[in-house]
Amino acid sequence: MGTYLIRRFFLMLLTLFGISVLIFTMLRLVPGNIADIVFNAAGMIDVAEKAKLEKELGLDRPIPVQYAEWVNGLAHGDLGYSYVSEKPAIQEILPRIPITAKLAGLALAFAVIFGVPLGVLSAVKQNTRLDYILRVISLSGLSLPSFWLGLLILMAFVAFFGTIPIYTDPPKGFWNTLLLFSIPAAAVGFRSSALVMRLTRSSMLEVLRQDYIRTARAKGAPNQTVNYKHALRNAMLPVVTVIGIEAAFLMGGLIVTETVFNIPGVARFLVEAIRWRDYPIVQNLVMFIAVVAVSINFLIDLLYAVLDPRIRYAS
Amino acid sequence: MTAKLTALTAAVAVIAGLSCAQAQTPKSGGILHIYHRETPPSLSIHEEATFSVNVPAMPLYNNLVVYDQHKPQNSMGTIVPELADSWSVSSDNLALTFKLHQGVKWHDGQPFTAKDVKCTFDMLQGKGEAKFRKNPRKDLFNNISEVTTNGDYEVTLHLKRPQPSLIAMLASGYTPIYSCHISPAQMRTHPIGTGPFKFVEFKQNESIKLAKNENYWKKGLPYLDGIEFTIISNRATAVLAFVAGKVDMTFPTEMTKALIADIKKQDPTAICEIAPINVSTNLIVNRENPPFNNIELRKAMALALDRKAFIDIIFQGAGDAGGTLLPPPEGVWGMPPEMLKTIPGYGDVQKDREQARAIMTKLGYGPNNPLKIKVSTRNLATYRDPAVVLIDQLKTIWIDAELDPVESSQWFAKVARNDYSVGLNLTGNGIDDPDQAFYENYACGSERNYTHYCNKDLEALFDKQSVETDLQKRKQLVWEIDKKLQEDVARPILMHARSGLCWKPYVKNMTVMNNSAYNGYRYEDLWIDK
Repeated sequence: MGTYLIRRFFLMLLTLFGISVLIFTMLRLVPGNIADIVFNAAGMIDVAEKAKLEKELGLDRPIPVQYAEWVNGLAHGDLGYSYVSEKPAIQEILPRIPITAKLAGLALAFAVIFGVPLGVLSAVKQNTRLDYILRVISLSGLSLPSFWLGLLILMAFVAFFGTIPIYTDPPKGFWNTLLLFSIPAAAVGFRSSALVMRLTRSSMLEVLRQDYIRTARAKGAPNQTVNYKHALRNAMLPVVTVIGIEAAFLMGGLIVTETVFNIPGVARFLVEAIRWRDYPIVQNLVMFIAVVAVSINFLIDLLYAVLDPRIRYAS
Repeated sequence: MTAKLTALTAAVAVIAGLSCAQAQTPKSGGILHIYHRETPPSLSIHEEATFSVNVPAMPLYNNLVVYDQHKPQNSMGTIVPELADSWSVSSDNLALTFKLHQGVKWHDGQPFTAKDVKCTFDMLQGKGEAKFRKNPRKDLFNNISEVTTNGDYEVTLHLKRPQPSLIAMLASGYTPIYSCHISPAQMRTHPIGTGPFKFVEFKQNESIKLAKNENYWKKGLPYLDGIEFTIISNRATAVLAFVAGKVDMTFPTEMTKALIADIKKQDPTAICEIAPINVSTNLIVNRENPPFNNIELRKAMALALDRKAFIDIIFQGAGDAGGTLLPPPEGVWGMPPEMLKTIPGYGDVQKDREQARAIMTKLGYGPNNPLKIKVSTRNLATYRDPAVVLIDQLKTIWIDAELDPVESSQWFAKVARNDYSVGLNLTGNGIDDPDQAFYENYACGSERNYTHYCNKDLEALFDKQSVETDLQKRKQLVWEIDKKLQEDVARPILMHARSGLCWKPYVKNMTVMNNSAYNGYRYEDLWIDK
């Protein structure tokens, strides 16, 4: 088990190094840099002035030098300065992480709380009216674009309650925060829960047909025990993987929801930074998202071992 | 009976008048909430070229002179003193002297003096030690040879030649006075001005907050305790936020005719106004490379344009056909309609297209041998949409065009390299003034003369109109120039945009300017009646 963990850890570091090289290079291969953008925004094409700004920002230096400087800064906790706001990148990035984390956490909770039990129910009651209803709901969850669902929710709030649940100021207190984030979280979580529900259902159906389940039933084990103790635990392996992938996605992929509900989170900030070619923000934010994704995958690997002793013994 | 009725009517009228007067007495207090369409690049007006900056930043500053904030049409007659109590022009029209208001303080408590005015113009001309990171309106002030001060409260701008328009440029929201003691870098992130509101906070993607300047030099102003701009980049969300009352006002120029109809349906009390914003959509043709180096071909393209169709499709009819200068009645300098009609391409569309097809046939093109081109434009909806209409219209004269959307950051560089044949561009004018429009867009060698149109005879006329002090004479010259520019297919103007602003009825004293989108955001005497 120890060797397994060490191997996974080093693989994690290697992945992060690869991502850092990739994002750094790709950013610089995209046409235009911050100087191009700021001058273009003003309709200016003065090459000399643009070159001056590039020099001021250090963009005229060779890419490997810029990379080395960035990595060196990262190692010392210095993320550089945002080209746009001219503030330390860390000051710009840090306040946005809890915002997205709250939204992602709630959305994930929504997905798990509704997706797993309803998936089990749908599998256990296969081909009944309840199963059909749940399958239609889950299919619509996967089919409805979240921006459309988000806008419908906002329109409904304005029409029926005369208010709009968007982020305009940081919410004060636990309940206000919960209230503010729960609506966009539900919009996102609806899709995620649909995914989790369908996967739980198919996984459960597969497990419920296994010999050991039939044996348990033959031995007179109660339905509850068979379904929730023997079947669900084994059916959870693919579900846990998907939940892990969803969790990583939610940390950086909520651009549409953040835009519709006006949440100043990581994804919206990242897209804005890409638009401005604000390299220090983009590369550090992408690295942060990569760290989250890789760490979650690492945790999922650990969870596999907990859920399935065969993995533990094999390693 | 009649006498009693008359007395009663009079009494009612007096009471109504009194209550009306009471309702119109400005109240102090309250925060005005406005949504902002995007995160502005900075709050340093001099370094930027978008009204995304002017709207939140204009309340921070003052100008020497400014357009009257409650006269919708900006003109020479609506310029009023601000930091300058008065101004005078020397007899040779080569010196403009301003007597400055005394007792004005910067937001950090430092006194405002003539030195600050000198510093501002030195920076604008790239002369001072402190330099702007970028200086998009440097050329506007080329005619200033020197700025001198006489004590702390008098400053003179010395000109190379007379230029009546200079005062108009000084009155623009684009020309605030900066301080000597604050660096350009700080002005981008934490601006210090003399204006009615102080900078509090600017969070990217979140908000911009301004607070009342308690020591504002105009006593009793501002009325508001502050202004908060919530950045809502999704327009659908922003409109809903306005309807729900989360914000008191939409972002200026953001409301289309269709959106306003939608808002009025949901909130009939909302007050909305649509006005020209002095942004033209224009056709740029690379006149240096074949086949467009042939003026006949360029003329055929100009004749193929159906401006009404552009306006109907893009702005649901809320737009104007015109020349380089914004057309009347809102525009001060635009050609009158009867003159416009005489220009090829502005008359009967079918007849003009017949003429265009005749030219194309003469040049060897036809339905079986169309001219294949690309129409390049910036990859933004405001550029792409009219480009698609243009492509459709060019088909009528056998020009088979394909859309070439260009990444925004590459657009001007591509145009500067002449790496296009036909393009569609948008041109915004900070002030409704011929000098700015002509020199910036049509003068030989100007950075923003994207088509490299160069006509020395016409440029002599630019100078002639620029020094002309008689308004009517100048107008005649301006019309003559504008007509010639259209006839020469220098940069055919497809349409002038109109767009709107909505606010809640309790927001008082709001005036929407109707010939510029850059100058009407001081907001010092706005008040809330809640």
